[in-house]
Formats: sequence, C-alpha cells, structure tokens
Amino acid sequence: MIDTSWLKISKPGLYVPPAYAHIDPVRAVDTAIITHGHADHARAGHGHVIATPETLAIMSARYGANFAAQQTALPYNQQLMLGDVNVKLIPAGHVLGSAQIVLEYANTKIIAAGDYKRRSDPTCRPFQVEHCDVFITEATFGLPVFAHPEPETQIKKLLEVQHLFPERSIIIGAYSLGKAQRLIALLREAGYDETIFIHGAMKKLCELYISFGIELGSLQTTPIGKIDNQQISLAGKFILAPPSAMGTKWAQRLSDPLVVSASGWMQVRQRAKQGGVELPLVISDHADWNDILRTIKEVNASEIWVTHGREDALIHACSQMGLSAKALSLIGYEDESE
Amino acid sequence: MRVFANLLQSLLYAPQRLVKQAYLVEFIRNTPDPDRGYALSALTGELSIQGVKAGLIRQIAYERCDSVLFDLSYDFVGDLAETVALIWPQNDNLYAEISVSEIITKLKTVSRIDARIVLKQWLDQMPEAQRWALLKLLTGGLRVGVSARMVRLALAQAYQTDVNDIEQIWPLIEPPYAELFNWLEGSADKPDAAGRAVFRPMMLAHPLLEPEIERLDFTSFQAEWKWDGARIQLVSGTDGVRLFSRSGDDISSTFPEIAKPLSWKGVIDGELLAGTPDQLGSFQQLQLRLNRKKPSSKLMSENPVFVRVYDILIDGDSDLRDNSLEHRRALLEAQMKSGLNVAYLDLSEILAEASFANLQIWREQCRAGGLIEGVMLKHKTSSYQAGRIKGSWYKWKRDPLTADLVILYAQRGHGRRSSFFSDFTLGAWAEDSKTDNKTGTQTGTQTGTKTGTATLLPVAKAYSGFSDDELKMLDKFVREHIVQKFGPVREVEKTLVVEIAFDSVQRSKRHKSGIATRFPRFKAIRWDKPANEANSVSDLIAMIDI
Repeated sequence: MIDTSWLKISKPGLYVPPAYAHIDPVRAVDTAIITHGHADHARAGHGHVIATPETLAIMSARYGANFAAQQTALPYNQQLMLGDVNVKLIPAGHVLGSAQIVLEYANTKIIAAGDYKRRSDPTCRPFQVEHCDVFITEATFGLPVFAHPEPETQIKKLLEVQHLFPERSIIIGAYSLGKAQRLIALLREAGYDETIFIHGAMKKLCELYISFGIELGSLQTTPIGKIDNQQISLAGKFILAPPSAMGTKWAQRLSDPLVVSASGWMQVRQRAKQGGVELPLVISDHADWNDILRTIKEVNASEIWVTHGREDALIHACSQMGLSAKALSLIGYEDESE
Repeated sequence: MRVFANLLQSLLYAPQRLVKQAYLVEFIRNTPDPDRGYALSALTGELSIQGVKAGLIRQIAYERCDSVLFDLSYDFVGDLAETVALIWPQNDNLYAEISVSEIITKLKTVSRIDARIVLKQWLDQMPEAQRWALLKLLTGGLRVGVSARMVRLALAQAYQTDVNDIEQIWPLIEPPYAELFNWLEGSADKPDAAGRAVFRPMMLAHPLLEPEIERLDFTSFQAEWKWDGARIQLVSGTDGVRLFSRSGDDISSTFPEIAKPLSWKGVIDGELLAGTPDQLGSFQQLQLRLNRKKPSSKLMSENPVFVRVYDILIDGDSDLRDNSLEHRRALLEAQMKSGLNVAYLDLSEILAEASFANLQIWREQCRAGGLIEGVMLKHKTSSYQAGRIKGSWYKWKRDPLTADLVILYAQRGHGRRSSFFSDFTLGAWAEDSKTDNKTGTQTGTQTGTKTGTATLLPVAKAYSGFSDDELKMLDKFVREHIVQKFGPVREVEKTLVVEIAFDSVQRSKRHKSGIATRFPRFKAIRWDKPANEANSVSDLIAMIDI
C-alpha cells in the first residue's frame, strides 16, 4: 500500500514535510530541491538549495555566487538523507544538469521528473528510467498533436535554408539556457564547423557549458558595433539570440534577417506565424506526447501526477491505460519555457 | 499535392507581401492546368467542394483517434484542418502523389459515403504537410495571408498584363479558369461582360489618416455622407436585373423589390438602407432583411428598403468607368430624373464645399442620428477602378464610442490567434447592482446570477484590437484566473477591465442585457482599474442613437 500523504501542494509548489523541503518553489523558502536551472524552476533567495553541481553553477552564473545561503551539490545517483527522506537526483535529459528528484519515504517511492525529454541531446545526460510508485510529470506537450520529429531532420532544414539564401543573416531565436547550446551542438554534429555568432546574453552560459566539457566549437559574440560600421557582414551566418531580442533594434541591424525559431510550439503553424517566424524548427527540450506516454509506461508507476501543461488530455490517456492520474495544477511555471 | 502544400507553407510563413506574390508568380508559371486554376480558386475563396464538410472531417478523425483527445487538441490548436493533419497517424509506406485536380474531380463524382472512404485513404497516403493542405482545401479559408486581389496581381505579373483587365473579367470566369488562361496565353479572346447582368469589381476607399488630412487638397474632392447601410451594386442587363453585395454575391432574391425589371440598362453603385428616403430605418431593420434569403411579403412591407445611389459605372452601352467622377456624377444626376427615376432609388447628396473646417463640423454631426457613419471624400477626377486606389477615394469614419467593460469569459481563438485565449465576452453592470457594488471583489460571481448585489451582464464579444504582446498578457491572465470551464469556454474572475471601442449600440432581444454593440474591439487594457468602476448597462443604453 503506497502512502503519498507526505507530499503536499503548498503555495510555493510541491512540499515534502518530512524533509522540510520544497521542490522548484516559485517563491523563496528555507530549503529547496531544484530540478534544473530555468528561471521559473530555479529562483534566487532560498535559504538552502540542493541541486546537481551543474544546476548550482548555472544558478550561480545567473544570480551571482550568493544566490542561496547554503548550497548542497548532489551529483547524479548519489543518496542524501534530508530529514527522514532519502533523496536522489537522476538525469532528466532536459538541459545541462537537469534532474528528476527521486524521493523515498514510508515505503513509497515518488519521482518528481521536472521538465524532461527523451530525444537526442549532445549537451546533457539522457533521461534515466527508474521504476517508482508515483511519477510526477509535466505535460507541456501533452496533446496527441505534438509528435516532434527527430532534431536531425530540423537541423537539415536549417542548413538547406543557409544554402538557399547565402545573402541573408539567419537569426535563430532560442532560450539562452539549454536550447542555444543544444542547437550549436546539433549543428556541429551535422558537420557545420564555421564560427557561430551568439547574442551577448548567451555568452556566460555557453562558457559554462564548455567548462563542463561540452564541445561547442568556435563561437563569437555578435559585434553589433562593427556591423553598424559595415566592418563585418553576417550574411550567410547563423546568429543565436534569446527570443526576447528578436524584435529589438539588435536584430534589425542585421542585413536582411531570416527569422528562425526552434521550439516544440513551432509544430502548430499558426502559432509559429504569430511569432513572425519565417522558418519554424520543431526542436523541443520537452517530451512530446508519445514520449510522455512511453515514459509513463516505462517507470511502471501506479499513480501519475501532472504538474503543468495540457493536463486534461494526459489524465484522460492515463485513465485509458488503467492508471490513476490527477492534476496538481501548479502555477507559476511558464508554459513557454521551451 | 506536394507542390500545392509547399506553396501554402511558403505563403503562410512569408513575412512580406512581395515575397508572397513572388511565390504565387512562380507557382502560376510552373504549374500545369487545371491544377493551378483549382489551387488559385482555393486561395481566392471561390472553390466550393460539395460533400465534404467540417462535420465529416471531424467524424473520420474520431474514427482514427480518441474523441476526447481530439476535442482537447482541436480546442488547443484552434483549426480543424491543422488538428486532423497533426493527429492523423503517419504511415510513410503508403505514400502516393495525388494531384489537386484529381481530388476535386473525384469529390465531384462520389457519393457522401464514398467521399468518406476516399478521404481517409488520401490522408493515409500523405505526409503531414499535404494532409494539412488537403484539409485546408476542403474546408476553405486557407488563412495564409493571401487576398483574392493578390492572386490577381500575381496573375497580372506572371503574364505581364494589366491587373484591371483581370479584375474586370474575374466575375465572368469559374474555376479552374480555363477561359482566363486561354486569353492570357493568347489562344482565345478576352471574356466579355458587355450587356450582361454580372458583377463589376467595386472601387473601395482608403481610410483617411490624420497626417493625410493636413496635406489634402480639399478643393479637388467631392464630399458625401458615408451611410451606415450595406454597399450594393445594381446591374440591369439584357439577361435581367441583379443586385450584388460588396463581395460580389448575388443578393437579388433577398431584395426582390429592388432587383426588379428596369427599362434602363447599366450598372450603378450605392448603399442599401432600411426605411424610405424620407424616413430612414435603423441598421438593425436592415439586418432583419439581410439575413432572410426569401422574405415574406409581411417582412417586406414592415421593413422596406431603398438604395441611395452614388455612382454610375455603365450607362446603356457606354462604359463610364474610365471617365472622371464629375462626368459620371452629371450623367447619374440626369438619369436619376429619367431612366432611374423610381421610388426605391434615391440620389446621395453632395455636401457643401469640402474643407478642413467643414470636415470637423460634419464629423460632429455624424453622431446626431440618421445612420451616418462618417464622410466620404472622392477625388473629382477619379476614374472608377477596382480596389483601393491611392489618392482617389477616402473614408473618414466618426470616432468610435467607448466603454469600460469587465472580462467575463474567454475562449481560444482561431487562425492567427489560435491556441491563445483571444475571444472575450465582456460585461457591464446591471442597473440594480450599480449603486451597491463598490466593494470591488466580484471574484467568481457567475454572470447573470446575483452574488450579493453585483451582476455583470454580457454586452459584447471582442477578438481584436490588442497587440501580440497584449494578447500574451491576456492569455496569461485567463490561464491564471479560471473559475470554471464550460467546454472550450473559460469563466474567469471578474477583475479585469478593458476599454472597448465600438461603432454603435443597438437594442437586442436576444441578449439578457437588452443591448448589443456593433464591431466591438479592444482599445486598451485597464490593468489599473477596479471592476466596480466599469460602465453599467444603462451607460450603454444612453449611447443608442437611433
């Protein structure tokens, strides 16, 4: 008989009373276990943060070294007793350092998977399947319309466009943490070895990835001043920038920019269109519908809890599979953190 | 289908009009007949495929996947064709190329039951992009940012010919436009409309923008009221008299008292209005008539209509469209006293000398009642050309009315706004609750029922007027303030006030509030304003002007 009474929903997010710890709390708490470094999951100001060494480094790069009074680095697959709860972090395959949190207490094993994916990503450890009693999943792409193609096919499209429009600057909107480095690594895997230009906001995180041994090849921060003086041309080059920079003066300075966006949302045409995207690439750091269902089967849990996203559909599919499932309806996690 | 699917994708994502047009030109030059004609007719919205309706497509989707999951997906994606294309199980082994004309020819001949079978077979044989293009083709409304005008411009460019010629013969041809291509390629004569009661493309007006007003040479313009009715074209030919709507639809049977035999032959342009020239009816009365395909004699006698004529395109055998407005006007005035001297036709008056000062005075008068929507300024030398011609005709609409309303319900939108909560139902305070609801905490009250003393009644539905950034903020607001769900509709906490602009307010028996607003759209989101300071239904009733 499993006992789940020791995991609660509180205002800041999931709470584990016997460990006195929150998981990915959206506001400052005493003790936080953090799944990964994206801003909506990893916030500054907690008393004590427990996370993978990579995630701690990411938080430190974003918020400064003093982002939490106490920091505990917990490498993958090592045990930590927190209060009376046995805590372990295992790879989630989402971004560098991303982890599923494995909690054991009262003869019950609960995994909070955080954000995760199953597709190839040269920049982080692949998702580790571990059996559990309760599997807590996200459902960002929890609808059967989301069937993400293999990322390699999308990179091929990107290289084709570069070949087709040698006179245009190809500006790719991608999140600074994870997506940007994954795109660079995928381009390298596809054999592209020229310098890739990056927006200044991505520099720190790319350097951090490199310091953890991820090969990103030749990168250069985009020298806007020099473009202005026409000392250099970025025609035919790839430039990566955070989505927030796409509509700004920064982007307008590029010559005849071709706007690319890489995200799981790009599968919905009108959604891509809304963003003014000329080439949508379906490359996601979240599991698609089939991968969520596959994961749920593989972890062999008897209960599925859904944190955020398209929970209605996933819960329906779980009940069709004879699994008990419920929505936690956690708020504060960005739908768009793709 | 592969080429057509590629064209649609390219058009959808092409950021500029010129790029879209270039894709079209390339398609026109490289695609064989009759595929290109059918494809273009899908883009102009003239292709109608019988037998395959949205309902059928939904049914076959239900056969292939779980209905609950399908409905949730459709709700999120906001587009039937795209949802089915994405959700359909992919089978690369079955791939086969099927041409656009093959599809259209087949669907013309098969029964409804067979249509189901073929459609499923096609979907199985196509990759996702082609499934999407096929379903878009069948459901119409491609939403790839291409207008019928752009298609005609592309045809003109592809064949180095005058777009006006193409505009003029357009009402005479039907998909796949063999007559058009034969003429363009020199193997047949130009199709001729002379003497026939067919639609002639209408001239349209540009909105007059503030900076242009300063530069305008008023003395070269003729000013008329912009009447708040329905734009029509009345055509009297050797084959009868027909009445056409602005979009070229034949609405003769809806208004038999206008589309009746006339000894005069030619084409006139004007505004259909309710009532009589001396006693105008409201736009609502006109709507009663517009919605009825075959009106009863009772409806006709209770809601008479007439046409206020403002232009003449063809008079007898002479095509006047290349003549100046002044010249056409003189001929129109003469005919209104002879061949067009009938009770249901009335001449649109020319206002006094157009000037900046007069324009301000006229604009003030617009709201004084009398179904006036604004002022038209037409260049006296302008010829009558299809479409919006720069510098020729301007419309200057009166300022819209505005009210502060509270968001009650939201629904995900379609097309460009799909997958965001973008369709809003907005409410105003009911009379009896206005004085007592100063607490400002109407969270979770269901509309139409009273919680304490406060009641909000729906008065408008708005889908537009916000920027993309505002749309994202509205979407976020909805997702975080859902009170309950009714199918795809989300009821939200009654806290967010928006300033809404609308053209007018009408009495309505269909709405609990007793009123309806015309063309409501967002003007501003008032994040700062508490809900209890929103307008009341009685504030809106006071705005009813006729």
